[in-house]
Amino acid sequence: MANDTIQLAHGGGGRLTRDLINNEIVSRFGNGPLAGLPDGATLPSPRDRLVFTTDSFVVQPLEFPGGNIGHLAVHGTVNDLAVCGGLPRWLSLSLILEEGLPLATLRTVLDSVKSAAADCDVVIATGDTKVVAHGQCDGLYINTAGIGEVLPGFVLSPDRISDGDAILVSGPLADHGMAVLARRQNIQIENGPVSDTAPVHRLVQAAQEWAPAVRFMRDPTRGGAATVLNEMAEGRKIDIVLREQDMPYSIGTRAVSEMLGLDPLHVASEGRIILVCERTVADKVLARWQTMPEGRGAARIGAVAAGKGRVILETVAGGRRLVDVPRGELLPRIC
Amino acid sequence: MNYIDGFRDPEAAACLRRRINDLAAEVDHVSIMEVCGTHTMAISRYGIRSILPDNIELISGPGCPVCVTDAGYVDTAIELARRGVMVVTFGDLIHVPGSETSLAECRARGASVEVCYSPTAALELAAKNPDRDIVFLAVGFETTIPPVTSLVPMATEKGLNRVSLLTAFKLVPPALTALLADPELRIDAFLCPAHVSAIIGANAYRPFTGPAGVPCVIAGFEPLDILLGLEHILQQVRAGDAVVDNQYTRVVRTDGNSKALALMQKYLRPVDAAWRGLGVVPQSGLGLKPEYSAFDAETRHGIKVQRGKEPVGCLCGEVIKGKTRPPQCPMFGKRCTPDHPVGPCMVSSEGTCSAYFKYSAGSL
Repeated sequence: MANDTIQLAHGGGGRLTRDLINNEIVSRFGNGPLAGLPDGATLPSPRDRLVFTTDSFVVQPLEFPGGNIGHLAVHGTVNDLAVCGGLPRWLSLSLILEEGLPLATLRTVLDSVKSAAADCDVVIATGDTKVVAHGQCDGLYINTAGIGEVLPGFVLSPDRISDGDAILVSGPLADHGMAVLARRQNIQIENGPVSDTAPVHRLVQAAQEWAPAVRFMRDPTRGGAATVLNEMAEGRKIDIVLREQDMPYSIGTRAVSEMLGLDPLHVASEGRIILVCERTVADKVLARWQTMPEGRGAARIGAVAAGKGRVILETVAGGRRLVDVPRGELLPRIC
Repeated sequence: MNYIDGFRDPEAAACLRRRINDLAAEVDHVSIMEVCGTHTMAISRYGIRSILPDNIELISGPGCPVCVTDAGYVDTAIELARRGVMVVTFGDLIHVPGSETSLAECRARGASVEVCYSPTAALELAAKNPDRDIVFLAVGFETTIPPVTSLVPMATEKGLNRVSLLTAFKLVPPALTALLADPELRIDAFLCPAHVSAIIGANAYRPFTGPAGVPCVIAGFEPLDILLGLEHILQQVRAGDAVVDNQYTRVVRTDGNSKALALMQKYLRPVDAAWRGLGVVPQSGLGLKPEYSAFDAETRHGIKVQRGKEPVGCLCGEVIKGKTRPPQCPMFGKRCTPDHPVGPCMVSSEGTCSAYFKYSAGSL
């Protein structure tokens, strides 16, 4: 049924393009700066500095346990703004659609973009839609750029991380990557991993009370916590020491990581923060987070010591080993 | 997962560490070879080497199937791919250097090299590509041999007559014989493999025990399994015993897996096999019996695996025998890293060099 799928003519600029934009985009996002479809969004000028970021989303499969590419496209960019100490305000939404994509899939994804944006209190302010021939993209790619306002109080830099600091994580790690992988490998188990895709900006706002004592934040997406922590430590006179028994993992993620022989420290989350703060405020931030739905599984996973730029895991066996960054083509197209 | 947690309990681990320390104080230097690559990886992953007393040394053995596969085998697989055969393999092998190049480079130039997680993928590919010859790279120890060999009856049943196996199956016990006979090596005990033992059974290690033998303790792959295995080895060393001790009774039986052994016996026969590092070890491999030669890639494609050239300066052969620790190799971590591996021990996810690099990088 040609009418139920994306055709090249949907990107041709003619009637079908207009129908697609009106029926699918304007109907969902047309109330704000997008109204009237100007070439660019005109936005109010905020009082202080801005954070600006962009991210592209090519996850395969488009839908996975816990969400779809639409949720990711909002959360990914919102979270990048949030961990820079920003309050997310506006997003752009660019779609690259493959000829033959079922319209139903597009609608599901756009509905998810809409609900995720509403949940994050961000406005889809501008956007673009292109169609490419069958085989030239894999269903649907999304790019979002985002602008946020800097929350006062935060001075975030990995250079501020020092001996004695505490490392917190806002919830179980690696659920997103494991959920996508399990779906891709067709691993069907009860209580299997479910993507953690979610916004983290409320967690950042919750930590704002202790902002001066917060050294640095990152969301452990591609490359997992191992990559983020190694980037924090590398080239600095510190070691990050993690305790294996304190690492929060969900049961489904642990099961799949055992089956596939993957280290969950190497696998992406899409709704978590790793936060480094002064030891004295760690318990306060943790306690606040644990009262929030998105921080219920928050945990203190380790500490910073004087060292040589390494990430070290104290294992359940009582030994110590390095936590390396993942290598090779371990997990392509996870977000 | 509660089941696994029981084998990772930090308090039980601390208790075993104390017992290992106490026993170590009562013995001289003890060199224990962990034969299996999965043990090597688990020992590194749990930092077990870092908690052992100085006089207890763990030597990594030849138990990574990819690492012991001779470069000549890789050359043959590459030659088949160049001839237009669809080569199907487990992942690690594609990055292993042959004499000149690797299957990964070959694939990048357009040859069909398919990576799979299960041998049955070869049959799925054969069904989808009825006009193609398919060769499965049949590499592995006793654990992998039965499922790979089962491709023969499965392909027969499905009428997929263009599938064949390039066999380089290896057997653990003959390798242990060769290692014990090596005058340059001193091995005081074997930490015997978990999954291989599930197939061959605990009794397979009896020839290595007794008055002229060494303790052989079978252990699982969880941290408590390994610590318990080491503790039992030290008990034997202290008592002057050398017996088979199966500490992995939840999986390993005395006589092994009779179904798997029967399958191997039906289709395969012992052959001399070339091991990287050990050289040709008599009767240490398995090949297809002549009556199944239609499934033998060498016969079918008129090609013969020759000995290959080792990468210049690579000490993998010495590492596989346990004579050289990875950081002692001049290339380790410099010219040879997981991103740019020179030798197979750095390529494979179970390779000794890869385990050292990934989990200690010589710095812990």
